[in-house]
Amino acid sequence: MTAHAPALAAFSDQELARIRADFPILSRTVRDGKPLVYLDSGATSQKPYAVLDAERGWYTELNAAPHRGAHALSEEGTQAYEGARATIAGFISARADEIVFTKNATEAINAVAYAFSNGAAGGGGGAGERFRIGPGDEIVVTEMEHHANLIPWQELSSRTGASLKWLEVTEDGRLDLSHLREVITERTKVVAFTHASNVLGTVNPVDAIVARAREVGALVVLDACQSVPHLPIDVADLGVDLLAFSGHKMLGPMGIGALWGRREVLDAMPVFLTGGSMIETVTMERATYAPAPQKFEAGVPNAAQATGLAAACDYLTTLGMDRVSAHEHALTGILLDGLRERPWTRLMGPDSLENRGGAVSFVVDGVHAHDVGQILDDHGVAVRVGHHCAWPLHRRFKAAATTRASLALYNTPEEIAAFFTALDSVPGIFGIEV
Amino acid sequence: MDLYQELIIEHAKRPHRAGLREPFDAEVHHVNPTCGDEVTLRVARDGDLLSDISYDSLGCSISVASASMLADLLTGADLDTARTTFAAVHAMLTSKGADAGDEAVIGDAVALAGVAKFPARVKCALLSWMALADALATTGANLSEESHV
Repeated sequence: MTAHAPALAAFSDQELARIRADFPILSRTVRDGKPLVYLDSGATSQKPYAVLDAERGWYTELNAAPHRGAHALSEEGTQAYEGARATIAGFISARADEIVFTKNATEAINAVAYAFSNGAAGGGGGAGERFRIGPGDEIVVTEMEHHANLIPWQELSSRTGASLKWLEVTEDGRLDLSHLREVITERTKVVAFTHASNVLGTVNPVDAIVARAREVGALVVLDACQSVPHLPIDVADLGVDLLAFSGHKMLGPMGIGALWGRREVLDAMPVFLTGGSMIETVTMERATYAPAPQKFEAGVPNAAQATGLAAACDYLTTLGMDRVSAHEHALTGILLDGLRERPWTRLMGPDSLENRGGAVSFVVDGVHAHDVGQILDDHGVAVRVGHHCAWPLHRRFKAAATTRASLALYNTPEEIAAFFTALDSVPGIFGIEV
Repeated sequence: MDLYQELIIEHAKRPHRAGLREPFDAEVHHVNPTCGDEVTLRVARDGDLLSDISYDSLGCSISVASASMLADLLTGADLDTARTTFAAVHAMLTSKGADAGDEAVIGDAVALAGVAKFPARVKCALLSWMALADALATTGANLSEESHV
């Protein structure tokens, strides 16, 4: 993955017009006819026709339960579902049998956390010593985690007696690695951290953390929710063991996500959800399980959504993830410049484009984020306000809430200008001197 | 925009009767988990009278202003008045904009009428009112049928 500012150009006006025409929702208006300015793609992205058509196409052409039955529809549906798996795997340069479909990244991370507790209890069919955890062992996360990559580990800690530790965040919104060797130790069984912060925008130094985790034999779980939609990703380059992402943040449908795992890790990993289609043999007393990834996919899957997500990957691949990344990088620069010109705002996160994604969070001194968001909304500008499911991080920065603008490939410089025009009306309304 | 009436901004900037005071008979802490707004609210009773309502409100202008208006309206009021006021504010805020509120009953809180049109903000405006209902319930007085939920 490229760490520095990409050399490629942002999308031209013509390219953007073509791209935006693919997203029907972007032409709608809100709040009495105002054009929608959607700067909340960090929460969920909008969807192009290609994705909507693929999802609908599943139901109009293929609908049958994959991997069950021998009729024509089931056969074609199974091929489409497995084809989607291969496409999504290819998108992150992985093998198809290393992709486990989940509902979203939250479920993917929970599957790993529960694999550890099932491993600790001697269940789940996993053979791996790597998934046994108990008192004296340690789980490491960071202070900048989304609740989805914090609470499953808190729960694992309380179920197994393993302790929870974390890397702290510096004032400028980077991970503090100065105590890396004290935080990740011989007792560490698993290190779970975010690739890109959904609040700060920080892109974390995966290499340094993986290197330390390797020294102590800890498993590395990467929350890639905010990186897979925005950066070219090659799982082999990252060097992690497991990686989770959500489809709906990368132009795909809601209800589909994936857990990628190194083949031998998935083989050793105990199962979480159990039931139909994840089995090999079943008697009244016990069952044996299918090989990964099937053993992690109990129940009829979200096949329509999987084909939708594959269509999203194809769409992004056609545009080129290096171009997507370059475009969002340029817009992030405009956002950071604009906030710097407004000293009545305070950025929370790195004020530099180096190793930085397009989530830009800030406070307006003296005005609560909810009120800022409401004024922006009145101008048709959609942003996220609150703690963005990262409450401990907000405590760290002594902010009850922040306003976050988050970008996607379809955003334009004109939308950033509209955002600042709306933001400039905030101080006056709340009687703040600027 | 219509939502931010001058009265709301004034109450939010200089909330009336703010701060936590002694003595009190009940203290509660309520949060709005979607945005992190918090209020700690104390109530002191003298028989049927709410002799003091004190609070520490950390949140958006709507939630702070609403706490300030509540303290203005109900400090020194009796339980019957508190029930009538609570019901009127609750009805207005949950009316989706159909109920403009009666200034004779809810005073400055009529300025919150616009909140009802923004479902995401209704909880902000109701936060301190639900906290008061909860606090009173622990002293054995119910503000409404729903006040203990």
